[in-house]
Amino acid sequence: MAVKPFKLAVAGLSAVGLAALAACGDAPTDSSGDGNAEATFSACMVTDSGGIDDKSFNESAWAGMEAAADENSDIAVTYKESASEADYDPNLQASVDDSCDFIVGVGGLMAGNVTTAALANTEVGFAIVDGSPIDANFAPVETENVYSIQFDTAQSAFLAGYVAASQTQTGIVATWGGMQINPVTIFMDGFSEGIAKYNEDKGADVQLLGWDAAAQTGTFLGNFEDAAAGRSTSDTFITQGADILFPVAGPAGIGALTAAAENDAVNAIWVDTDGFESTEYGSELITSAEKALDVAVRDAVLAAYKGEAGNGTYVGTLANEGVSIAPFHDFDSVISDETKAEVEALKAAIIDGSLVVESPASPAAP
Amino acid sequence: MSDSTATTEAPAEQPSTDQESKPNFARLFGRYLTEANSVMVTIYSLLLAFLIGGVLLIVSDEYVRSTWSYFFSRPQDALLGSWYLIRDSYLSLFEGAILNLNTLDRFAAGDAGVGDLLRPLSETLTYATPLIFTGLAVGIAFKAGLFNIGAQGQMIFGILGALIVGFALDLPIWIHLPLAVLAGAAAGGLFGAVPGLLKATTGAHEVISSIMLNNIAALFLVWAIGTDFLHSELSTQLVTKGVDESATLPTLLSSLNETLRVNAGLLIGIAAAVFTWWLLSKSTFGFRIRSVGFNENASQTAGMHIGRTYTTTMAVSGAIAGLAGAALSLGVFSTGVTTSTPLQYGFDGITVALLGRANPGGIVAAALLFGALKAGALSAQPDVPVDISTLLQAIIVLFIAAPALVKAILHLRTPRGGLVTLEAKGW
Repeated sequence: MAVKPFKLAVAGLSAVGLAALAACGDAPTDSSGDGNAEATFSACMVTDSGGIDDKSFNESAWAGMEAAADENSDIAVTYKESASEADYDPNLQASVDDSCDFIVGVGGLMAGNVTTAALANTEVGFAIVDGSPIDANFAPVETENVYSIQFDTAQSAFLAGYVAASQTQTGIVATWGGMQINPVTIFMDGFSEGIAKYNEDKGADVQLLGWDAAAQTGTFLGNFEDAAAGRSTSDTFITQGADILFPVAGPAGIGALTAAAENDAVNAIWVDTDGFESTEYGSELITSAEKALDVAVRDAVLAAYKGEAGNGTYVGTLANEGVSIAPFHDFDSVISDETKAEVEALKAAIIDGSLVVESPASPAAP
Repeated sequence: MSDSTATTEAPAEQPSTDQESKPNFARLFGRYLTEANSVMVTIYSLLLAFLIGGVLLIVSDEYVRSTWSYFFSRPQDALLGSWYLIRDSYLSLFEGAILNLNTLDRFAAGDAGVGDLLRPLSETLTYATPLIFTGLAVGIAFKAGLFNIGAQGQMIFGILGALIVGFALDLPIWIHLPLAVLAGAAAGGLFGAVPGLLKATTGAHEVISSIMLNNIAALFLVWAIGTDFLHSELSTQLVTKGVDESATLPTLLSSLNETLRVNAGLLIGIAAAVFTWWLLSKSTFGFRIRSVGFNENASQTAGMHIGRTYTTTMAVSGAIAGLAGAALSLGVFSTGVTTSTPLQYGFDGITVALLGRANPGGIVAAALLFGALKAGALSAQPDVPVDISTLLQAIIVLFIAAPALVKAILHLRTPRGGLVTLEAKGW
């Protein structure tokens, strides 16, 4: 027992020593707070499950919120994370209670909850990302204070499909989705149309595996998380001759990239973000069919600040740069100038309306 | 032997009248406080957890962390900053879980109603409801010496069972709702019986088989939601159909304020706790469960059928876990179930059962505590990291599971009869 005081003393001394080492810095003279402390307009975001740093949806939306605060120092931004749908209502309610002036709900799953909150709190502005106001039965609802943010990603996927058709050596490309829901199938429809356009213009016969746009049937994992299942699905398509993969499955899509990384002849195209920057497999990626969630959210918050959001609808298109095709990065030297020029021409045609990319899943024009 | 047995021995209430003076109340109380009995270990575990949580709050706050780097040139920054951070963080947890002081001010001024005042409590009860069931499910299995890690999977089948009866049948509420709840219990019970049956017939360890069955259930849910039968025709999202009005658990307080979500699932949970108490302490079946849990060989010699007890106990345990699923799909998720509906409630049930020492009353109290932590953390973000509730839960259970650690840290005395612990034999 006589050992104990000694042990304690040693432990205490070493703790003090460590603290002293760490604590010898000088005190700062300036004590300015961070963020826009004096802001009069409060914009709040409620995340989908996955958290604020999910390297995807929520993170992009939050980047848009912060961009709005950077642009206008009278806007303060904050967020609340949801672990599941059970958390949507309390998080929206807490945002109302915190006197938020504008509340952005991220993800179409939240559309009903946001609508209910908006009807109960008409003095607060709301926005839904990837959704529009609906009631509990998913029927559209008229509201005065819900701004709807959607993306016509068929347009960017169309360009990606055209590029894929121009790059395939085997004449076979493949796509697969997480779930057969509109935000996924819209990419696949656009991709399919882009390939069809290439075949028509070039007299080629590039085949698409994994999605039949006419029948609206295709290959789906059943979830957005299982990268291992994504890998085996991709391997199946590679066995069938596909050399370009277009996974539309969020994090599960990584499975396609690992498959591409292990097969020299196989490459991939990413969705939502520029995969060259957001994934570790940039060297496998020909391009990405992006949607500019951050820009859309930023603009919505800035519009709300001016009192102009209301019940408006934003549909991201090639024309307003809400959707885009990412730079070719490592493939810039591989893709011919001819193809690049054709893609630019197609993009211009879509923007001026002379070429219409249609998907049953496309959001209605504002 | 490969069972895990929950032994909860009564704390030594009469300290030994050793040496010196006669024991008076203050002395007895003082002895009680400094003894590692089950009540004090629980209380000290909570206190230690909040203490460690406070340190982690300081470490995770960028500003306060930076003040420690110049501690010696301006110590008040670090000390006051840390104090304010911890105080404000725990205060906002309290406000989100029990009573919001801002709302109280507004209530006093007439700007807020009773409903607004009750919202934090309503949220606490809402999040506690599934935990009551899963905690009871794990707890009742503990009593038979079984470690039911499969509550998660049993709950998932409960979700699906209640959901299907909830939307597929067209019945008046007085029959529809009970039927849907029972369907949840039946689905969970059947799925829960599987590991019990496997153990009884083949000796397969219930921990291994129930873990694997959890994975099967989780993947089955993902697949099931995507099927035409379950998937909502109206939504473009990965969500099932909602249950009928007549199968929805009625909210208890929405007449005060529409945002009060606490529903009749809570009442079923309390009823399940009372039932579990009755089952364990008053019924023959409960006697058999406890007897097998204490000593299966003696029980067998006494003429009890061990294998059948395993199977039925796991079935009852699974049925209660299934009720957690019913409370979710007929309650908060009555408009549709998604892949994230089950969250980790089944696994959290293990920690709830440990904290509640496998006793129904303790389990309800533990579930309320964890529900409060969840509701508080949700409302306190982003100033307080939302993971604080999971963190506190983990630390609490760490100490509860290791009373010797608490005893050593605080230099507590060993109670008569030794330390109270949930021992796992054969592991």
